[in-house]
Amino acid sequence: MPQGFITNLYVFVLAGFLGFEVIRRVSPLLHTPLMSLTNALDAIVVLAAIIICGETREVLPTVLGAIAVAAAFSNMIGGFLITDRMLRMFKLSGRKKQ
Amino acid sequence: MTAPIVLVIQQYADFSYVAAIALFILSLKWLSSPATARRGVLSGEIGAALALVTTFFDPRLVQFRWIAVGLLVGLIIGIPLGLVKMTAVPQRTAMSHAFGALAAAVIGISEYYVHAPHITKFGMTEIAMEVIIGCLSFTGSLIAAGKLQEVLPQRPITYRGQNYVSLAIFSAAVILALILIINPGAPYLFPAMVGVSLFFGILLVTPIGGADMPTVISLLNSYVGLSAALLGFVLNSKVLVVAGALDGSSGFILSVIMCKAMNRSFTNVLFGAFGQVTAAAEQVKEERTVRSATAEEAAAILAAATSVVVVPGYGMAVAQAQHKVREMFDLLTTLGVDVKFAIHPVAGRMPGHMNVLLAEADVPYDKLVEMEDANSDLPQADVALVIGANDVTNPAAKTNQGSPIYGMPIIEADKAHTVMVIKRSMNPGFAGIDNPLYYLDKTLMLFGDAKAFVSDIVRDLSEAAKGAKKSATGGR
Repeated sequence: MPQGFITNLYVFVLAGFLGFEVIRRVSPLLHTPLMSLTNALDAIVVLAAIIICGETREVLPTVLGAIAVAAAFSNMIGGFLITDRMLRMFKLSGRKKQ
Repeated sequence: MTAPIVLVIQQYADFSYVAAIALFILSLKWLSSPATARRGVLSGEIGAALALVTTFFDPRLVQFRWIAVGLLVGLIIGIPLGLVKMTAVPQRTAMSHAFGALAAAVIGISEYYVHAPHITKFGMTEIAMEVIIGCLSFTGSLIAAGKLQEVLPQRPITYRGQNYVSLAIFSAAVILALILIINPGAPYLFPAMVGVSLFFGILLVTPIGGADMPTVISLLNSYVGLSAALLGFVLNSKVLVVAGALDGSSGFILSVIMCKAMNRSFTNVLFGAFGQVTAAAEQVKEERTVRSATAEEAAAILAAATSVVVVPGYGMAVAQAQHKVREMFDLLTTLGVDVKFAIHPVAGRMPGHMNVLLAEADVPYDKLVEMEDANSDLPQADVALVIGANDVTNPAAKTNQGSPIYGMPIIEADKAHTVMVIKRSMNPGFAGIDNPLYYLDKTLMLFGDAKAFVSDIVRDLSEAAKGAKKSATGGR
């Protein structure tokens, strides 16, 4: 079993528990923005896509990598954009617009 | 002069990734309350930008042209996906699940072809798991998006023996994966595994009905997170492992909340096909009388109340009535009536959707209350006004063991002093289950289109508000 796997497993388990504790506290008011925000954060796979796409001049990995870059980057841009749009709408009473 | 800077950035790349991870976790932490939530988005954006910039300095990169093309296409697709209407957010989310899964699957596929046949059994296991989950989440999310966009039929599509067929297809994917693990040098089997996984994703989501979409969309979210984390294992990238684990646990938590809110188990959602139970519910159709009221009467009752709890459902959003509802809320507030909105966890088409729709209509978020809090308020409330919601207020869920929704937690509108229900007709709702709430002595049915009816109430209320203002100034 590769050494890297064990380290990654530690990271995965700890991040999973940390995520569970942090996200459990998110108000149900914000569950939709939560999903769009985690989608945007998940789009960090774009890093891997960039490496796959750019580390070689062979056709297959370059094309597949470019597809992955496009798919992940659209999620990143779109996810942050819509999350912020949604959160801007949440206002307390008393603080009326105008 | 630039060369040393590049070297420094390369040397400290890992520090930058660790900082990005920390910013991601802070981002989710700040999302816990609406007051700090926008800071959370900013923190996530900074983390992502930091990691992205660092990656451009990676020494492995030999060409940038296709990366630039990919980023440009992503930008062109991503911006419109960030600007959709709030009613379309559920299908947008499903599409973004699909894109996330596609990215993860495609990278896994590329990894296989770059390294095959020189892949260890262990490495092949990781790649196979990652590609199977990525592929099935991709097609599954596309089907979910199609259903939410109503391109595909909303009702569950089922046939006899379907669970066995699905199981067989999934087993085929696993068997192909096992053969590849034993013999990674059989590259012709790899496309077969991809194809079978894509097909399984379609089979997985097609039988699931519209009412279960909040659960399905959360479940797919956790699959997408899992595929990203597995990709992190394949590529030995801690950033991906952490981001994937966070996304996965978020999807998992939301799935559990949605399942609890419908009193259903994961297996039941995935294999049970909600909406099939209608036949059993329809057998007793005794003639019962209902009382109805006009908008004028409804407005008078609302204006005379001290506290009103509005129970909105997706029907309100379909009728585009939320802005009129907010006008009604404003008028009642000026008349001194305390108005709250009781939000059931499955109101709307994805977790939290109803809150977003009401926030968009400028309803202050401190007036949106969760089901448990609403249920402790309702016995003291003068009026419960149900708009476009049905099953989530059905008292049969608590009393009638034979009801298909028995055990589902509901908003107890029947506890209020007076109940008013805006509804088009007496036709049963989405799941086809009759609602005894409508036949109670204290219930008034307000028949009509939600938007038109609320507009009429608003008209009558604004006259009442004017009258109140006049008498107040006249008295001085």
